[in-house]
Amino acid sequence: MENKGYREFPVISNEAVVENIYRMDLGGDFIAEPGQFFMLRSKGAGPLLSRPLSICDISQGYLTFLYAVVGEGTAILSRKRPGDAVQLLGPLGNSYKVKSERKTALIGGGIGIAPLLYIAKTAEIKPDIYLGFRDAPFFEKEFEAYAGKLQIATETGGVGYRGFVTDIRNWDDYDELFACGPMPMLKALSRKVVDCELYLSLEAHMACGIGACLGCAVETVHGMKRVCKDGPIFSAKELIL
Amino acid sequence: MRTDLAGISLKNPLIAASGTFGFGQEFGEYFDPGILGAIATKGLTLEPRMGNRGRRIHETPAGMMNSIGLQNPSVAVFIAEELPRMRSYGTEIIANVGGAGIEDYEEAIELLEATDISIIELNISCPNVKEGGMAFGIRCSSARRIVRAIRRCCTKKLMVKLSPNAENIVDMAYTCAEEGADALSLVNTFNALAIDIENRRPVFNNVTAGLSGPAIKPIALRMVYEVAKAVDLPVVGIGGISNWKDAVEYIMAGATAVQVGTANFVDPLTMPKIIEGMQLYMKREGIQNLSEIRGIIGGNHG
Repeated sequence: MENKGYREFPVISNEAVVENIYRMDLGGDFIAEPGQFFMLRSKGAGPLLSRPLSICDISQGYLTFLYAVVGEGTAILSRKRPGDAVQLLGPLGNSYKVKSERKTALIGGGIGIAPLLYIAKTAEIKPDIYLGFRDAPFFEKEFEAYAGKLQIATETGGVGYRGFVTDIRNWDDYDELFACGPMPMLKALSRKVVDCELYLSLEAHMACGIGACLGCAVETVHGMKRVCKDGPIFSAKELIL
Repeated sequence: MRTDLAGISLKNPLIAASGTFGFGQEFGEYFDPGILGAIATKGLTLEPRMGNRGRRIHETPAGMMNSIGLQNPSVAVFIAEELPRMRSYGTEIIANVGGAGIEDYEEAIELLEATDISIIELNISCPNVKEGGMAFGIRCSSARRIVRAIRRCCTKKLMVKLSPNAENIVDMAYTCAEEGADALSLVNTFNALAIDIENRRPVFNNVTAGLSGPAIKPIALRMVYEVAKAVDLPVVGIGGISNWKDAVEYIMAGATAVQVGTANFVDPLTMPKIIEGMQLYMKREGIQNLSEIRGIIGGNHG
């Protein structure tokens, strides 16, 4: 019962890194595992429910979220200024660790790159990182220090490999893959990968974030599982996508 | 705040609403569920149900829509695996039961008869399953059949959970009272519609889904008021209760107790905060027992 529910944290900075994508830093001493998320909301007027945002990075004295503005809730977050407060519940969900004895690649698509940074930063050995974007890449420089190999794909071909990040290569020479991104990307990857362990971090509409509402349920070979409580990370073998 | 609900003594009138509190475990990480008056379980059915596919949650102004579809492990698994742990909380456990047909309900009740649970909440109001559920809760004639059948096999206290989608909520309440219900809880969610205009189709696979949250509170409160005034049964008020003031409004409208639902999703500590707020309010107003304000706005429960 040490979990105290929603707590308030001050916004240190909140800036657009590219159109519609924001980086928000919150002050505080945060302890969380890579791959976990928080439920986030602004105090006062706004939507009833909170927004689940994955941890992008944790540093001494602050926590970083990277988020896309998709609706009213995230639009309100994007207007927060330094000194404003936001309310957080968490950290929530399971986690993922890159292990030294496993040759690992992290694959992100669009805003799905967000959780990869803290996963790479806490890895026992530098993973290879593949990031896919529709057009202009964003936030990719942050990954340089933590990547074995860093490769960019853009659908327009403006930067890096032209096409989907999932098509960059044959993935089966890795022992393990961790991917986060839009569902079509995750499905494509599941079909391509035959011979290595694939973990997927899922996004879902959720009301509570703590496993009570069953709103974020996904179908697995072991029945329905909750993205918020049993996930957000699942083995691709387990999921029925 | 001790409250008598149809002869069962609750430590306070705050009940966690079915489907918003799981079997209590998740909330145990945030507070001791033993402080609650009661917990209504996730809706239980005879057979396990995986629930609905596709979108299950959609946020609306001051509310949300859900289409979970009674996902649950079955009554038998509940009794074997969840009930013993829930018993350790030291609060009243209310088994919420749904079904596809009268026989399903009867068999589910039979299994629960063998347990030490004292209150059954009969769900005839779930809008999110294809058969049964709310189908029993729209017309008085269907409600009469199911409540009559269940009353015959149920020796526990029988609380019927009413749908706000009933043709006439007061007639529905009369019908349940005539068929021997011990208490009524209302309301379940309002059947509602949301459309995804980009894809030109309904947000939910089932087209409609259940609306809950602060948006429905004034309507639900009016229904509780009307039913409490009309029927000589304890009424448990449900609908958009988010804070202690909302809870007090329901008591003043005539509710014996209240259930908190959607607000548990908004903040896992909502219910402890409501209990504390009500205690402070009673102290400030010099209220010894909630009966002093119950139904105080008029009606026959004052």
